[in-house]
Amino acid sequence: MSKLNALMGWVDDRLPVTVTYEKHMSKYYAPKNFNFWYFFGVLSMVMLVNQILSGIWLTMNFTPSSEAAFASVEYIMRDVEYGWLLRYMHSTGASFFFIAVYLHMMRGLLYGSYQKPRELIWIFGMGIYLILMAEAFMGYVLPWGQMSYWGAQVIISLVGAVPYVGEGLQQWVQGDFLISGATLNRFFALHVIALPLVLVALVVLHLLALHEVGSNNPDGVDIKKHKDENGKPLDGVPFHPYYTVHDLIGIVVFLMVFCTVMFFFPEGNGFFLEYANFEPANGLKTPEHIAPVWYFGAYYAILRAVPDKILGIVAMGGAIAVLFVLPWLDRSPVKSIRYKGLASKILIPVFGVVFAILTWLGTQSADGYFLGLVNNTTMARICSVFYFAFFLLMPIYTSKEKTKPVPERVTGGH
Amino acid sequence: MKQLIAFLIALVPTVAFAAGGSSVPLDHAKVDLEDKASLQRGAQVFMNYCMGCHSLEYARYNRVAKDLGIPEGMMQDNLVFADKKIGSLMSIAMRKEDSKVWFGATPPDLTLVARVRNPDWLYTYLRSFYQDSTRPYGVNNTVFKDVGMPNVLGHLQGKVEKGCAPKPEGYDPLTGQEILVEKCDVLYQVEEGQLSPKEFDNLVLDLVNFLEYMGEPVALERQRIGWFALLFLLLMLVPVYFLNQEYWKDVK
Amino acid sequence: MSQDGVNKGRRLLLLGATGGMGAVGAGFVAVPYIKSWNPSEKAKAAGAPAKVDVSKLEPGAMLTVEWRGKPVYVVRRTQESLGFLEGLADKLKDPNNTNKAQQPEYADNLPRSRKPEISVLLGVCTHLGCAPKLRPDAKPEPFDADWKGGFFCPCHGSKFDLAGRVYNGSPASDNLLVPPYYYEDDSVIVIGESGENA
Repeated sequence: MSKLNALMGWVDDRLPVTVTYEKHMSKYYAPKNFNFWYFFGVLSMVMLVNQILSGIWLTMNFTPSSEAAFASVEYIMRDVEYGWLLRYMHSTGASFFFIAVYLHMMRGLLYGSYQKPRELIWIFGMGIYLILMAEAFMGYVLPWGQMSYWGAQVIISLVGAVPYVGEGLQQWVQGDFLISGATLNRFFALHVIALPLVLVALVVLHLLALHEVGSNNPDGVDIKKHKDENGKPLDGVPFHPYYTVHDLIGIVVFLMVFCTVMFFFPEGNGFFLEYANFEPANGLKTPEHIAPVWYFGAYYAILRAVPDKILGIVAMGGAIAVLFVLPWLDRSPVKSIRYKGLASKILIPVFGVVFAILTWLGTQSADGYFLGLVNNTTMARICSVFYFAFFLLMPIYTSKEKTKPVPERVTGGH
Repeated sequence: MKQLIAFLIALVPTVAFAAGGSSVPLDHAKVDLEDKASLQRGAQVFMNYCMGCHSLEYARYNRVAKDLGIPEGMMQDNLVFADKKIGSLMSIAMRKEDSKVWFGATPPDLTLVARVRNPDWLYTYLRSFYQDSTRPYGVNNTVFKDVGMPNVLGHLQGKVEKGCAPKPEGYDPLTGQEILVEKCDVLYQVEEGQLSPKEFDNLVLDLVNFLEYMGEPVALERQRIGWFALLFLLLMLVPVYFLNQEYWKDVK
Repeated sequence: MSQDGVNKGRRLLLLGATGGMGAVGAGFVAVPYIKSWNPSEKAKAAGAPAKVDVSKLEPGAMLTVEWRGKPVYVVRRTQESLGFLEGLADKLKDPNNTNKAQQPEYADNLPRSRKPEISVLLGVCTHLGCAPKLRPDAKPEPFDADWKGGFFCPCHGSKFDLAGRVYNGSPASDNLLVPPYYYEDDSVIVIGESGENA
């Protein structure tokens, strides 16, 4: 054993391994009252690793040319041993990545994790979200199915809507006069290496920013206010082993849900693998119903809700942009929904439901009927108005509402 | 918690939308991938009636032989045409540029058609051709309006027209006799084909079964491994749960 | 925190169980990653056995068949040229097939083949991989005044007899490889597999 210590000593003299391990794991004190909502950060990381590993392996057999891409995916599905599993790990993983990320963001909303001094963590997180959407979008184009092609067509044509420079800009993005193999190839490069590097860098920054100030908790209480004689927070536990071991449960349960979908419903009823994408891309044949993958649904619904093309793009962009400034919209003196006023207690859950409805509406046709009652477009408009009101009115209702007194110490154990 | 449930509910589809979906009610096709006999018959039907125009170019003969339980020699003799090797892809000789000119549209490859459409759609489509003298091949289809495909199975099914005809709707509670109601815009048989309606339906069902297999040959193995994976994770939950409990005993 | 040895034992057991199961799980996850590197169905189809019909092959003539991307020489040897084989022993590096890796059991004989009339040899020179040229006739050649028939490699001058055995003085050190093959019937040879009577 002392040989190991000697080795570690040698390494530590040259590289801060033990110090880093202690700072971020064994001596990083996290609040002891983390609940279910606190699993989704580590679950997002698990999904990131899954996407990277399965993605690298797919690249070993995928051909990024417009002539061969579609066939190479079927080659992976049929001719490569266990290729089908690698493909499903990647496609199911993409959807589960977003499920984890959305629930992770919802946690932030519930407990005010974005409030001072954690604004930068939130901004890095929003950066991750934005890059993740771009990464997922480009990844979906690669199989070169009907939805790959036409989804790309719709989204890239948004670029073309920019006044004056739009057409040139669109051609520059496409690399051609139309969506073509040139577009596929450059999306492949961005998807496989460029954006993943940016993503990993942002995740590292996100975690460093978090560890600098320490984690929030469901009560929004600052655990650093009450320390014991050794300077350890009374309401904190070392991340390792307490939360490494705790997160294992979350990971196993999450993997059970993941495997259930992946092995039994990999298409997700058309939501995880859209049916139209099993048809090779055909620029001359538009599918009856172009729908984005579900995780883009909300923004697509907002885009379509606005009758004007340019204003629709502005609204869609605005819906994402407003999330960035959330730390400055929330004027509440308390962090957690548990101690906020009635307005927040109602509006935050309703926002969650509205976002879910918008996500759903984005996958449906504009002239359908929501629950058979309300026209989809009308519903999308109502929800979009709520979406913006939730954020834009936040400075008012969060400062005006009557909050409850926040306890000094955390409530509830693990 | 509420938000989570609402979000999860939003993921449950209430409408199964198919690309090129129809508003025509579809008959249900009871697909059974474990029925190897059905898959074999379906493969025969495909080779005899469809392979002339429709390739299965992402699939290989030897895989079909293995999955369907057909010895390779038999496969080679009966279902592999031209002098293709048993391991080759199931492509056809007709060039895409030619068929586009000859038929107006290239008959699409059908390896994945059961994933683009669904078995119910395919089953109903193949049985919904009817006489229509305004169309180039003399037939139209209620599921796929103005389809460019001729009714290849027509001689097996017999002649079908679209119009007004008496259709069964329930039974008379007193006499037990079937009640016939005149309905319009429905398909009805005017001439017998080589097969009875029941035989024809079964043939199409076999074909659809085969196409469903074609779309994803690994489906059965995928599910088999899935049970194993879930079992393993369930077992894994046991030490993981108690390990967590063991450490957190110390806290508070 | 923890007080006595019992706790530690239980903790160790649970850690061991979790770690052990985790390692097994990781092993299962690794399977698709590792197995996906195996030759795909496409590679296997391309590498499938090649068949050749020798019924019309004239004595002294050669058919070249591709198998796994390499040429296989199928030569019908004359009785005369077969007669020379035994006398060449002194001129050869390995006349008695001492290197067992160069031929299957059924070709571990004088003509290095299942049936003496037909030779099946990989047309890849065992020196650096060039394709040796067939020189079937027993007549003086520029590279050997006393040539009794065989193969001459133009790249660096290696010489092989009609059983594929390498001559002394050649840069090549081994006899030409005999691939696995079997007779499906009297006229058709399947190259790439040894069949039941290996």
